[in-house]
Amino acid sequence: MTSNELYIQKIRQDFPILSHQVDGKPLVYFDNAATSQKPQQVLDVLENYYHKTNSNVHRGAHTLSMQATAAFEDARQKVAQFVHANCPEEVVWTKGTTDGINLVASSWGRANLKAGDKVMVTELEHHSNIVPWQIICEEKGAHLVVLPITDEGVLDLSQLDAILDDKVKFVSVGHASNSLGTINPVKKIIAKAHAMGAKVLIDGAQAASHIDIDVQDLDCDFYAFSGHKMMAPTGIGALWGRKELLEAMPPYQGGGEMIESVTFEKTTYNVLPYKFEAGTPNIAGAIGLGAAVDYLASLDMPRLHEHEHNLLTYAIEQTANIPGFHRYGHPDKSTAILSFGIQGLHPSDIGTLLNQQGVAIRDGHHCTQPLMQRLGIPGTARVSFSFYNTFEEVDALVAALKKIVKMFL
Amino acid sequence: MTQAHPFGSEITTEEILENFSFFEDWEEKYGYLIDLGKELPPLSNDEKIEEHLIRGCQSQVWILSEWKEDKLYLSADSDAIIVKGLVALVLAAFHGKTAAEIKAFDIQDYFTQLGLLKHLSPLRGNGLRSMVNYILSLV
Repeated sequence: MTSNELYIQKIRQDFPILSHQVDGKPLVYFDNAATSQKPQQVLDVLENYYHKTNSNVHRGAHTLSMQATAAFEDARQKVAQFVHANCPEEVVWTKGTTDGINLVASSWGRANLKAGDKVMVTELEHHSNIVPWQIICEEKGAHLVVLPITDEGVLDLSQLDAILDDKVKFVSVGHASNSLGTINPVKKIIAKAHAMGAKVLIDGAQAASHIDIDVQDLDCDFYAFSGHKMMAPTGIGALWGRKELLEAMPPYQGGGEMIESVTFEKTTYNVLPYKFEAGTPNIAGAIGLGAAVDYLASLDMPRLHEHEHNLLTYAIEQTANIPGFHRYGHPDKSTAILSFGIQGLHPSDIGTLLNQQGVAIRDGHHCTQPLMQRLGIPGTARVSFSFYNTFEEVDALVAALKKIVKMFL
Repeated sequence: MTQAHPFGSEITTEEILENFSFFEDWEEKYGYLIDLGKELPPLSNDEKIEEHLIRGCQSQVWILSEWKEDKLYLSADSDAIIVKGLVALVLAAFHGKTAAEIKAFDIQDYFTQLGLLKHLSPLRGNGLRSMVNYILSLV
């Protein structure tokens, strides 16, 4: 084994589920774009929290409450560093990316959008980065405009100037496509948006753990991502926002924690970030996300990003000689996602028979129906890698696909 | 109505159950399911319309129904071949049957015996459960 392979094998041992058999077969987990597996280090922190520290945060003078609050705010500090925020007040805990986008669409949208304004999204977007904007646009009499893709599955920047005009007040774009893997030229789009007076949210759901997130470098106004796609528990995510924008935005949800004082006549609101964190938060989840940040920091991420890239390259090479195999999208820059079809087969046929052979992929429209319609297909079969996947697993996928093709001939 | 298909008349649930009992592994089972799917003639584009569509997350199913005297006649199609096979299994159970026969048939048990119950789960995005529910709603 090479030193790289040894490194990956060592990391795999951190993930208990990877040695778990499913339907009597070793699990080849290629659905990482849907959710990532969790290392023991994160699971230990969760268990430890519930065993020893569990208490509600920000409320108590008792020891456990202070410990829980410290761990909770410590996790926020870790996430702030993870995205290169200026300060932890710019990091709002959410339920995930979808929740974060809805927060901005609702709160920023309600206060800033007017009839006749435009919001720009792209043809690659996930429903979570389309529907919240449709809802607020309808409410305000604003219009949704869409930056299209080329046949290669990349954003058509030649149309950017025409579409991103001075009526566009907000731009919301994915960092990378969950269906095709395309990494979008977000810095270029952000620069253009700012030049036209628009604010920008980046949907970072697919970036977390695959692309370094640096909100200063990107110069975006908001960045939303989920914990569960970066080795953290489900039900937790973070929204980073520029302090001055978050200060100016009205609250999203009302309730406990987000208030300063309450009377029936008037209620005043808490400072950032609590203004946007109503109710008891997902305390364990937040602490788990902090632990995931720590875990990733302990790894050689540049090496692992390269490994993911190598897996994709290998998979593309090895599938090239499967009869009828074709990849959807040919982006120059991509995360480790391979979306494909096989001539004469429906993606759900591929997914079902891969599952019979112990290979877990996702088939369908991947919550990107407009993209599928643009491509003229009902859906794709999607393989999405993480750093704990191996070349042997890709070999297993290829063998399984060849068997499937034989069954249908 | 539509093109004839052999399910429910020439290919019965008894025959299907017997064939499935011979299979030793998943490849034989799914191979047979694929063959069944191929024996189901496709619906025409005029028939694959919104009105007849049961939309799933992962695949689509179209179904047409017609009562003749006291029997229910069904045609169906799917864009996925394995789902076509599953649809053919359902047609074998219900096509050309009376309301009493349809009500009396235990579809859960049938799929359990075939070892394909997981495909009938409403949580699956394949439209199959919705199709069965639709047929049951007609009687």
